[in-house]
Amino acid sequence: MKQLAGLALILGVLGILNFVLPQALNPYFMRVLMLCGISVVLAVSLNLINGFTGQFSIGHAGFMAVGAYGSAMFSLHVGAGWVRTLESAGAPEAAAQGLALLVALMVGSVLAAIAGYLVGLPSLRLRGDYLAIVTLGFGEIIRVIITNVDAVGAARGLPGIPGWANFFWVGLAVVAVVVVSRRLANSTHGRALFAIRDDEIAAEALGVDTTRYKVLAFVISSFFAGLAGGLFAHYNAYLHPNSFTFLKSIEVIAMVVLGGLGSISGSILAAILLTVLPEALRSAQELRMVIYSLMLIVLMITRPGGLLGNREISLDFLRRRRSAGRA
Amino acid sequence: MNPDVLLEVDRVTMQFGGLKAVADLQLEIGRGELVGLIGPNGAGKTTVFNFVTGVYAPTVGRVLFEGRAIQGLRPHAIAKRGVTRTFQNIRLFASRCCRDNVLIAAHHHATAGLSDALLRNRRFAEDERGMRDRADELLGVMGLTEWADTRATELPYGQQRRLEIARALAGRPRLLLLDEPAAGLNPQESEQLMRLIEDVRRRFELTILLIEHDMKVVMGICRRIAVLDYGIKIAEGTPDQIRSDPRVIEAYLGEEVTVPRAKGS
Repeated sequence: MKQLAGLALILGVLGILNFVLPQALNPYFMRVLMLCGISVVLAVSLNLINGFTGQFSIGHAGFMAVGAYGSAMFSLHVGAGWVRTLESAGAPEAAAQGLALLVALMVGSVLAAIAGYLVGLPSLRLRGDYLAIVTLGFGEIIRVIITNVDAVGAARGLPGIPGWANFFWVGLAVVAVVVVSRRLANSTHGRALFAIRDDEIAAEALGVDTTRYKVLAFVISSFFAGLAGGLFAHYNAYLHPNSFTFLKSIEVIAMVVLGGLGSISGSILAAILLTVLPEALRSAQELRMVIYSLMLIVLMITRPGGLLGNREISLDFLRRRRSAGRA
Repeated sequence: MNPDVLLEVDRVTMQFGGLKAVADLQLEIGRGELVGLIGPNGAGKTTVFNFVTGVYAPTVGRVLFEGRAIQGLRPHAIAKRGVTRTFQNIRLFASRCCRDNVLIAAHHHATAGLSDALLRNRRFAEDERGMRDRADELLGVMGLTEWADTRATELPYGQQRRLEIARALAGRPRLLLLDEPAAGLNPQESEQLMRLIEDVRRRFELTILLIEHDMKVVMGICRRIAVLDYGIKIAEGTPDQIRSDPRVIEAYLGEEVTVPRAKGS
């Protein structure tokens, strides 16, 4: 009951913001805000693999691409038809588009989750660098396939995707990935993931099915990467394989590492920082990427454990900090 | 099959390339026993633990637990059947607190599934509360209550050894394998620990196989001891029999050699 009330509250707040924000902010700030939201979903989801479970995946852009193209193809060939039918039957525009978007996002996410399962399975015998290379290979294979399949636009890209994603949906995705991560972390399943990160041999000897949990981490993580991809597709209205190179994966890894491996709030903070920073530095023109890289280096040197290390910012944490400060 | 035998190591050979770490080992452990497995460094004691817990599959031979073959099963599957262990070189979950370390090992007794955890329903809350209570109880038994919320690696060394045992108990084993639990402890600490192990065995109706490098430590609590040397069981019996066995003395102290006098001196 309490949970349902919380959900209603979140939906309400997001609905209102969705109405207010586009009028309060200029389109450029709105775009940066939306990209921040998508980055947060990507970083928090990758944190499940790289942070919680301690496995090193560089294939996140691949899962994102599966979700992006999967959902886009669904909307182009099925969803758009639904919206026309619903609207001609008198349904309100937002409801018809929302429904079609929701189904499209689920299609993309589930496809990405399946991809995560397939990549997860054979990679489980591998550790560290070897797993990293397998996931890197996966990401590149996806990109090369997309570049060569005409049905998804090949190297020309895929235009004309309905732009149904708005602040409401991106916000909802952020809430979903954060809630799932937090609830996972504070449960026996999350503890099993941490155990694998800390000492895989001990985890296995004490009854944790490490194979099952590594696959689980991959499946949940790639589901949300697919969700982020779907949102990106329906916000950008155009997809190109170059958006999903391994540099994109590296960018997400940078967010997770910078935020502090395993810290959900750290991933959120770093995702926002690394999305806003390149925009804020636009005035520096050709020095932009130099400053960006320098800031990354300085941050990692001064805070080697990441912005938040292994900690979380929560109401509890802030309260404790305040009472500790007073004492 | 004798129902009183909990674990039977049936003629197991463990070969790594050209090295026979354990050769043709026959060992039976009865329900409720506390058996010591001793031997000099490199005698193959830990290898025995590794093939019993599934880290390795034995090259030849069978391992029977409660009459069923478990050799070649994955370690987590063997843990679920009721065999857990501690590690000689402490392997705690470094980033977690003591309670979490114990909770992780209770993992396969959780009744709430992933969906319960994500929905945070009543089933999850009850399950989690039950596991926490039991973890706190185990920490209490091992004298670690005050450390429950401390990170495992911040514990003093002796407490880390105890936490390893608390963690192994969380899986509700019927057979507990302790790999040099007293390593690095001073004589008083190690005697205390041995008494605690005996208490734990009674309290939880456990069967324990205890590896020890130092013979003196196990003599006090084990009524039966097996001695390994170069992967071969060279003796088995009561502490008194072991103490006076010439092969054991030889393994520990070396063969008596007569040094030939150098010419001309």
